[in-house]
Amino acid sequence: LHTQTDLTIVKMTEREERRFAEVPRESIKLMAESSGVELSEEVAALLAEDVCYRLREATQNSSQFMRHAKRRKLSVEDLNRALRWSNTETICGYGAQDALPFRPLKEGELFFVEDREINLVELALATNIPKGCAETMVRVHVSYLDGKGNLEPQGTVPTAVQSLSEDLLKYYQQITRAILGEDPHLMKVALLDLQSNSKIAALLPYFVYVISGVKSVSHDLDQLNRLLHMVKSLVQNPYLYLGSYVRSLVSSVMYCILEPLAASINPLNDHWTLRDYAALLLSHIFWTHGDLVSGLYHQILLSLQKVLSDPVRPLCSHYGAVVGLHALGWKAVERVLYPHLPAYWANLQAVLDDYSVSNAQVKADGHKVYGAILVAVERLLKMKALSLTLAAEGSGAGLPGTTTGAVGFRENSPGLSPPPEPLSEPPLGIASHLQAGGAGCPWEEWTPVSLPAMYCELYSFFGDSLAVRFSTGPPLGGATPPGPCQPLEGRKEPASSAPNLENTRKMPQLTASMNISPRRDGSPRSPLSSSSRPGRSTSQSRDIFPKARFPLPQAGPPAFSFIIGGRQMGRRCQGRRFQTSFTPTPPLTTHPPRAYAHKLPVIGRVSKPVRRWTCSHYSLHLPL
Amino acid sequence: MAAVQDGPMELDAEKEAKPEILSDGTSNLSGNTASGTLSSSPLTAAPAGGAPKMEDQQTLIAVLQFLKRNKLSESVEILRREAGLGEHQEGSQATDGSGGGKGDGDGGDANSLLSRVSITSAAAPQSMPVKKDQPDVSVVLSAYSQQGDPPLYQVYYSGLKNFIESVLDCHRAELSQLFYPLFVHMYLELVYNNHETEAKAFFDKFSGDQECYYQDDLHILCGLTKKEHLKGNEVLLDFRTSRFVLHISRDSYQLLKRHLQERHNNQIWNIIQEHLYIDIFDGMPRSKSQIDSMSGSLAGEAKREVNKAKVFYGLLKEPEIEVPLDDEDDEAENEEGKPKKKKTKKDSLGSKSKKQDPNAPQQNRIPLPELKDSDKLDKIMYMKESTKRIRLGPENLPSICFYTFLNAFQGLTAVDFTDDSSLLAGGFADSTVRVWSVTPKKLRKVKSAGELNVIEKESDDVLERIMDEKTASESKILHGHSGPVYGVSFSPDRNYLLSSSEDGTVRLWSLQTFTCLVGYKGHNYPVWDTHFSPFGYYFVSGGHDRVARLWATDHYQPLRIFAGHLADVTCTRFHPNSNYVATGSTDRTVRLWDVLNANCVRILTGHKGPIHSLAFSPNGKFLASGSTDGRVLLWDIGHGLMIGELKGHTDTIYALKFSRDGEILASGSMDNTVRLWDSMKAFDEVETDDFTATTGHIHLPDNSQELLLGMYHSKSTPVTHLHFTRRNLLLAAGAYNSQ
Repeated sequence: LHTQTDLTIVKMTEREERRFAEVPRESIKLMAESSGVELSEEVAALLAEDVCYRLREATQNSSQFMRHAKRRKLSVEDLNRALRWSNTETICGYGAQDALPFRPLKEGELFFVEDREINLVELALATNIPKGCAETMVRVHVSYLDGKGNLEPQGTVPTAVQSLSEDLLKYYQQITRAILGEDPHLMKVALLDLQSNSKIAALLPYFVYVISGVKSVSHDLDQLNRLLHMVKSLVQNPYLYLGSYVRSLVSSVMYCILEPLAASINPLNDHWTLRDYAALLLSHIFWTHGDLVSGLYHQILLSLQKVLSDPVRPLCSHYGAVVGLHALGWKAVERVLYPHLPAYWANLQAVLDDYSVSNAQVKADGHKVYGAILVAVERLLKMKALSLTLAAEGSGAGLPGTTTGAVGFRENSPGLSPPPEPLSEPPLGIASHLQAGGAGCPWEEWTPVSLPAMYCELYSFFGDSLAVRFSTGPPLGGATPPGPCQPLEGRKEPASSAPNLENTRKMPQLTASMNISPRRDGSPRSPLSSSSRPGRSTSQSRDIFPKARFPLPQAGPPAFSFIIGGRQMGRRCQGRRFQTSFTPTPPLTTHPPRAYAHKLPVIGRVSKPVRRWTCSHYSLHLPL
Repeated sequence: MAAVQDGPMELDAEKEAKPEILSDGTSNLSGNTASGTLSSSPLTAAPAGGAPKMEDQQTLIAVLQFLKRNKLSESVEILRREAGLGEHQEGSQATDGSGGGKGDGDGGDANSLLSRVSITSAAAPQSMPVKKDQPDVSVVLSAYSQQGDPPLYQVYYSGLKNFIESVLDCHRAELSQLFYPLFVHMYLELVYNNHETEAKAFFDKFSGDQECYYQDDLHILCGLTKKEHLKGNEVLLDFRTSRFVLHISRDSYQLLKRHLQERHNNQIWNIIQEHLYIDIFDGMPRSKSQIDSMSGSLAGEAKREVNKAKVFYGLLKEPEIEVPLDDEDDEAENEEGKPKKKKTKKDSLGSKSKKQDPNAPQQNRIPLPELKDSDKLDKIMYMKESTKRIRLGPENLPSICFYTFLNAFQGLTAVDFTDDSSLLAGGFADSTVRVWSVTPKKLRKVKSAGELNVIEKESDDVLERIMDEKTASESKILHGHSGPVYGVSFSPDRNYLLSSSEDGTVRLWSLQTFTCLVGYKGHNYPVWDTHFSPFGYYFVSGGHDRVARLWATDHYQPLRIFAGHLADVTCTRFHPNSNYVATGSTDRTVRLWDVLNANCVRILTGHKGPIHSLAFSPNGKFLASGSTDGRVLLWDIGHGLMIGELKGHTDTIYALKFSRDGEILASGSMDNTVRLWDSMKAFDEVETDDFTATTGHIHLPDNSQELLLGMYHSKSTPVTHLHFTRRNLLLAAGAYNSQ
């Protein structure tokens, strides 16, 4: 009786009168069929019941082996022993010490043990032969003297790793010295090795411990940067199983993102870049190792939210929270930043409106935060639109399954330290739903806001600076893209922003490289139409909204269409066009047009254009 | 069988009557299998207790059939005339009447009944005068027909439940003991007779009423729904064939008996007769807490008579050893200002060696190996050490040294220290045994035979010369087992090591050559534990085959087999005088066995979970046992009674050890703590004279908190073993658990 294999297709049915799992007769029949036997309904039912009983019996017997092995966890080996002693074939291939991921299949109420295929050729030809585990040994220490007190307070490093071989110890010393030392070349080499060395598992706790030292070097940006690089290398090392050390790493990274570092007292220190980098690292850790610690996503969001909602914190902490959320993906922005924006706005506004000289530094920081928020919400809007489109199109012909993974984009916002690699959001759309749901608890009291409503609200904060950045199409005439080095906003405060003080709703004033000519009244009536302008490069033309001269194409619902361009997207980089349409929502009309909003200067710049461009004059271009 | 002797006359008559009918029923059974009609009819009538018309008629028909079969045609005629039954009527109902007996096919029950039947067939006609004994016969018959009436089981059970709940408080607690065994037997009977749905309903209805400490068994039970399942389940088979023992006061018992007779509740009465052993005692009924403290084992409490046997728990006389060096050393000690200690030492050792303890066994009751010179040297060392022993007490707690096994990925399953704490052995789940030297002295092998020949045998340092310096190392690995090593034990002379394993063998290893000397095969199933006698030579092992075995190192077959446990023997310990062996079992009892004749001399019940650790007090008078439920129970061996309960641990207790003088009991558990208990106080508080009172039931004070002297946490290391050095330093051992 190969009852054991049934385990994989056990359907959990909880009947009222019995509280144990049962193998449904369908599974039995399936098993029988797979071995070429037809079973009648009754036989299957009887067999199912017997199988259940035998399984329970085996489990009960196996618990004895667990107890005598002085363990709390029942292992596959225990079950195998019980089976062996009851003269039953044992199960092979499940002896690994690690927990076997038991996954549900949503559609069929099916649960199965994930069984990854192993490339034997690769394994056989692999040059990195894993080092045998450390020697079993006995260490003695006096725990309690005369029944009083603990003599040796045990440090944070687990005792099990106190037994390091000489080589490892040497390696550890060299690596840490190289990374934290002065020589940048040496550091690079060390980091590279850390990234690829397969034999340093035993050192992991040490490295994690070193990294947790960020708290003691918060005055030294350089050291912080080096430590973050070390984190990155560890995270990228494919041979390391980070396990619960992820938590420690995340807390170190979060420290760099959120804490008002001692280094940031000096305005000449570019701690912003550090925070950006740390945020990026955070998202990287989360997307690649987030499944190691349950609830990590939720915890990160919570701590970011806490910082954001704490007005006492300095602006640089807020900045960190915003870039952190941004790095965690638009979902995080939507859930945390967006609901917090109205409350936070008041504080920011107060900072930005203070023109006193003593406030100059704080104000500059405020602009940083402003810029970060702007970038975050812009992406939120874009991604939300994209996800809506994806949802609308589903897995239709126009959308191959790979697109979700391939869609990534880069904010080219100069002041905000663009991500060095396009990984800011690997899983999008549905995938990110799953990720977020799997990694964290469901976010309560959060209701999704519709895209138009969201746009309207955001528009009320940012005005046209949002709209402008949103219309990021390339110039039709093939204008040269502006250089990536836009003038940094926030550093200097131009006087030109003063006249806007009498706005109905005061907008934060930002420096910008150009001004925008006034728009026709009522341009934001339909945010979609305003946002979907095939803009030209803002630096090229003052006539930035030529759309005003266009008649609105139709009275019907506005349509979204945008292009995802990129290497994977299609031959000759043509990109793929997605379209969606909205029915106009009532709140749109209730918003009064903001007469002065369009007068606002715009910060930042839009992205690089894609060379080829399948045209659509209402399109949202997502460059890659 | 107190219960049966106690039974009144009518019961005896009843029993005589019953078999005849049964023989009738069973003989009919062969012809008839299906009977739906009758089985349902008594459902309404029988529980009321009266004998309604319908039933009477069936009774008559059944009797008629019986008479016919025995060719008593005259009686048939008479009966038929008197009852006014027509021939056709009888025929039409015949199937029903006999069909009711279907349930009688139930295994042990029926068989044992049948065996009794055979003797009484001759007497049948006499006991059959229908008119005279009408009520009796109907009672018997209704029971007989109801036996096949699965739905009635619920009625019976709830009837008894209602009765027990309605009796006086003092009796209620005692009679409540009946619930669990009755429940199990009724359920098993239903299952055995293939009444699956009824069995399920019965289980669902009443399983919630059972005491919480039976939950584990109920879990197993609820999975059993088919007769076939019963066959393989040895534990439950044992439950069926052995008798569940209850202690009930005479008053309560009478009450129960009267009730059952009044209600003619023969189903329950049968179960009580067949499967239960009611140990009746005179005196006050016990309270609920008293009962709870003693119950919980798989087969009820121990019969009182079992624990009546005399146990020689005293220690053997210490051999007289001249200690030439000792005096000098002691002198030195004296000068250092410790004359007190010397005095106590002399008292304790001196008195022991001179006077024979009245409770001690004869010196040669068990043949013990003669002391070798090296043993004598060791004894001298021991005495020297013991003079430096720290006197422990509530104010003077021991220091604890923790031996942490690092990188024990393969799973540490057993640990032992030598008595002098110089060696440490660990058994691992990867089948290896590893020995470490705890002292700076390294472990060395003896040289090979060829090299040994070269050595000059007369030289003074020959013992040093035979060792191969090249092999010196801190630890040695012993390979040989083919399964996890669940038990290890050093011989007292440190020359041997025993290990017991899942592969069914016990192996004896030499610590001179670090090779396996013998593999003792006999258990055939996993051997959970093994322990050397304190004098060496003998050792005991216990395993999954539910027996403990006594071995001698030079015999490849066991000398004694200690059989009686209803489930696995999980731990084994030798008494300090080597005359007795204690075993703990999954059936939640501790048993004490006499090595001389393999008799079970004590059955100690009260644990609510499998027992995983045992420890004798150094004076041999007391026994401590720890189980998976996190409680330590203390037992007085002489009287076979529980004298203490130490609550506090939250997980299985895997290690128990008394300090060298017995003042302190240390317990180590999976919950990563070592707890120290004031065993002196626990023993003193119990006035041993109380036991001699007839009932033998003592009320345990709930004083765990007062007795707890200290609790010591390890960070993440379950405590697998505890050991007191000769100077009363406490050594603990366990494997670091990184999770």
